[in-house]
Amino acid sequence: MSEERNMVTVYILGEHFMVPEGSTIMTALEYSGFQLKRGVGCREGFCGACATVYREKGEYKLKGGLACQTVVSDGMTIARIPFVPAEKAAYNLEELKPDVSTFVELYPSVFRCVSCNTCTKICPQDINVMDYIQDIIKGDIASAAQTSFDCIRCGLCALRCPAEIVQFNVGMLAQRLYGKYLAPKSPELETRVAEIEEGKYESEIKRLKVLPKEELVKEYYERDIKIT
Amino acid sequence: MAGKIVLSHHNIDFQKQIEKISGEKITSCDQCGVCSGSCPFTDEMEITPSTMMKMSQLGLPEVMEANSIWICASCFNCMARCPRGLDLSKVAEALRQISLRQAVDSITIENIDKEEAARLPSIALVGAFRKLTG
Amino acid sequence: MENDKTETVKIPYFPGCTLKTTAKNFEQSALRSMEKLGVEMVELPKWNCCGTVSSLASDDLMKHLAPVRDFIRVEEMNNTGLVDNEYRMLTLCSMCFNTLKQTNIRVTSSPEDLQSVNQFMYLEKDYEGKVDVTHLFELLDSMGFDTIAERVVRSLDGLKIAPYYGCLLLRPKSVGIDNPENPSIIERFISSLGGSPVMNWEAKSRCCGSYHTVDNKAIVIKSVKGIIENAREFGAETIITSCPLCAFNLDNRQEDIMKEFPDFDPMPVFYFTQLLGLALGLGDEVLGLDDNCIDPRPLLKRSGLYE
Repeated sequence: MSEERNMVTVYILGEHFMVPEGSTIMTALEYSGFQLKRGVGCREGFCGACATVYREKGEYKLKGGLACQTVVSDGMTIARIPFVPAEKAAYNLEELKPDVSTFVELYPSVFRCVSCNTCTKICPQDINVMDYIQDIIKGDIASAAQTSFDCIRCGLCALRCPAEIVQFNVGMLAQRLYGKYLAPKSPELETRVAEIEEGKYESEIKRLKVLPKEELVKEYYERDIKIT
Repeated sequence: MAGKIVLSHHNIDFQKQIEKISGEKITSCDQCGVCSGSCPFTDEMEITPSTMMKMSQLGLPEVMEANSIWICASCFNCMARCPRGLDLSKVAEALRQISLRQAVDSITIENIDKEEAARLPSIALVGAFRKLTG
Repeated sequence: MENDKTETVKIPYFPGCTLKTTAKNFEQSALRSMEKLGVEMVELPKWNCCGTVSSLASDDLMKHLAPVRDFIRVEEMNNTGLVDNEYRMLTLCSMCFNTLKQTNIRVTSSPEDLQSVNQFMYLEKDYEGKVDVTHLFELLDSMGFDTIAERVVRSLDGLKIAPYYGCLLLRPKSVGIDNPENPSIIERFISSLGGSPVMNWEAKSRCCGSYHTVDNKAIVIKSVKGIIENAREFGAETIITSCPLCAFNLDNRQEDIMKEFPDFDPMPVFYFTQLLGLALGLGDEVLGLDDNCIDPRPLLKRSGLYE
């Protein structure tokens, strides 16, 4: 078998492997014979399951990324982080207030932030993680929710934080509080929910449920989207 | 009968560590006691600030066991009045840091009463966590 | 009015965590009062919590990052035209003031430390050391307390006010805004508003117990009781402070004192900007007197300062 592609060397858990240039870390892992059962999900950069830390050749910086989205470089050292142990507060959203006191109660470690910005630097989603943690200290829950919006909970921020804050769960709480209490209400949404509850769309849903896949796809792409 | 105090190398290492972290020349304390008289919380402390200084000079690790290093809230009153120009706040900070850097915290965040905490201003929590957790 | 024609000075302003959350009325009182005095306090964009207590360890630069980030914001404000050649960084909170200023002294007097901090924060512009951390009391003093007296529309006539300095406005000496043993700036502030400052009371710079309010309430209760009783002994009707943590401890912990000592006579506590606002004619919707724990309105009514 002739190897047409250029190969690069990567180090996975300290062992070296030759993998095709241009591979993602995930492809490189599988190419090298690792069977991924944990720490792999959508393979499209959306689910946050494949957090990975790596160092590039000759660089002191520890970088983070999603294995399915990060392209390998020659001499890269790789360690997957399939899971980040994290404190996750239990709460009933109905009983919470959208202000700083909720975070004092549920995630007091937020107040240990030293503004080192390590979280922002590691975030594969380019979120200003430190900024949203600081927003919470300042009581600006709406800004925290918006800034953290793209978080896919890969957990790298929490793993790197010297103050041991669980940023991604804190961000999720901010988003929930924002959605429930602070976001402007959409009257259209409320009307639509009421219509669904009244059964207005039941026959349509029944029809779609039994539609063959090709027709469903066709209808999906031909659907009419009204933007008002 | 008076005995000679002999310091082991552990004592000397500990004393040097305190001096390094605090940046204060603790051996220059001459035990006048003004700090203990100035401290608003001497009453609450198991050892007085001047005893804390003496034990630090001698590098006695038992100084870490006294609540005094945690009671000190860095009000800088002792420092403002020390005739030797020593900053005891920095010495207490060094002793706290020696503990915190070994992951021995003075408070457990999870044990703080949640209802009480929800009423506290952020400033109190940030301060307590900076001083009492590592 | 003649005063309205004077040009407004824009000064970078660092609010700190508590004035943005549980003590918004303290901030509002300040913003609106200073507006009346011709100062626009321009909030730093994207500021970071200062840390509230300065790290005193020689080798712990990490804890100085947040203040330096804030100084960089002030320098940026000058570069982007938010303020015009104005490097004073205004704070109201004594803890912010002290923490920021201690860091500023440290990094501007140690080029190695400044370099380490700048290198660590390689995503930020370097801090050039131009910032001058300024407490609102200092700003008012530099504007002249007599000038402020001229703007008073509701003189705090006869109100006996104990100036509570606490720790961090005065100590360490290198940071303090006045003589640590014999300060006078808050007394002069009170006089400019027409009030009577309680002089030479002993507890004016005694620690209230600070952050121990989180895990050792007993210490704070004992300390606050002593401070209030000392103020009363010297004839005070109320206490003012510039630290929102002192304000919380002095005000809210009196409720705890009353539970333990039913005979304890509570005393209202003001944040200094509330009294400034009151004297400059601001209404309760700005001062937020309802948010104070020990209701100060009966005292103000007795003194003819409230409806």
